Amino acid sequence: MNRFLIFLPLCVAIVIGLAGWWGLNPDRDPNSVPSALIGQPVPIFDLPAIEGIGGLGLSTQDFADASGPTLVNVFASWCVPCRAEHAVLTRMVREDNLALVGINYKDKPAAAAAWLTELGNPYVRIGSDQTGRAGIEWGISGVPETFVVDADGIIVFRYVGPITSDAALATLRNALAQAEGDNS
Amino acid sequence: MIRLLIILVFMATSAAAVEPDEILSDPALESRARDISANLRCVVCQNEPIDTSNSGVARDLRLLVRERLVAGDTDDQVYDYMVARYGDYVLFNPPWKSTTYVLWLAPFVIALLGGFCVIMVFRRSNAGPEGAATLTADEEDIFADVTKRNTDGTAQ
Repeated sequence: MNRFLIFLPLCVAIVIGLAGWWGLNPDRDPNSVPSALIGQPVPIFDLPAIEGIGGLGLSTQDFADASGPTLVNVFASWCVPCRAEHAVLTRMVREDNLALVGINYKDKPAAAAAWLTELGNPYVRIGSDQTGRAGIEWGISGVPETFVVDADGIIVFRYVGPITSDAALATLRNALAQAEGDNS
Repeated sequence: MIRLLIILVFMATSAAAVEPDEILSDPALESRARDISANLRCVVCQNEPIDTSNSGVARDLRLLVRERLVAGDTDDQVYDYMVARYGDYVLFNPPWKSTTYVLWLAPFVIALLGGFCVIMVFRRSNAGPEGAATLTADEEDIFADVTKRNTDGTAQ
């Protein structure tokens, strides 16, 4: 028994060390909420286009006949980080030739239209979610959020927050490449 | 004065964020909605139930809970509806399943280990130092020798 007790402080130190190693890891984000929708088909929703810009709306059906992965961006004109993210997304669409669709979350159509006129409209389709109900179907906790949906209409990736840092852009590109690779 | 302050402090409860326009006219449904809301975690302000959270999403979820109840859902159906969209994470009471066994069982394992340690410590302190009761024949001789010398010494 005494011999066993000699190792007790060492065991305690190891446990505390492991807890610290896990807890102080800079890559761990204690605020991140695991998404329930990864691996699930796109939720059922049907949103009209934003009034006044004459584009297309967005619904579940639009994901059924996609030829490749689709990027779904939830944005709002009142959301400041979305403005910064908008430039990154526009450049991605131009350079990577990907399909970008938008969900305009809890926004006034006039404000959204003005925002898109000012900054440009990189979205193929935008659904206007004025009540925020479609946002709940997608399980979002705020704006901006970005999802990758593969060609089969399965959600494969979710990013919470603006895609402005290089690290965020890299993880998104990685997810897109994976979604593309799975279907080829 | 101080007594009054103390009483007031203990009477304070967390303020509900439920706004008047959200409250259902049916008191039975409303009280079920309040119970459910208290068990659902707000996804923005993570350690607050949606019942007391002021965030926009929490308000939407409160309205959704009431809408489901009015539509005739049972409490479990409402919880399932939320879990389908936000995962087990929204529940303040995590379900009993393979990924949560550790979470549920760890307190009992730690309590058992602690109890075992306490029992061991008490046993050892009651038993006293081991081998103190008996001396070897050599030790008896030395002891006798020493005591004899001591008693001789005092006698002189």
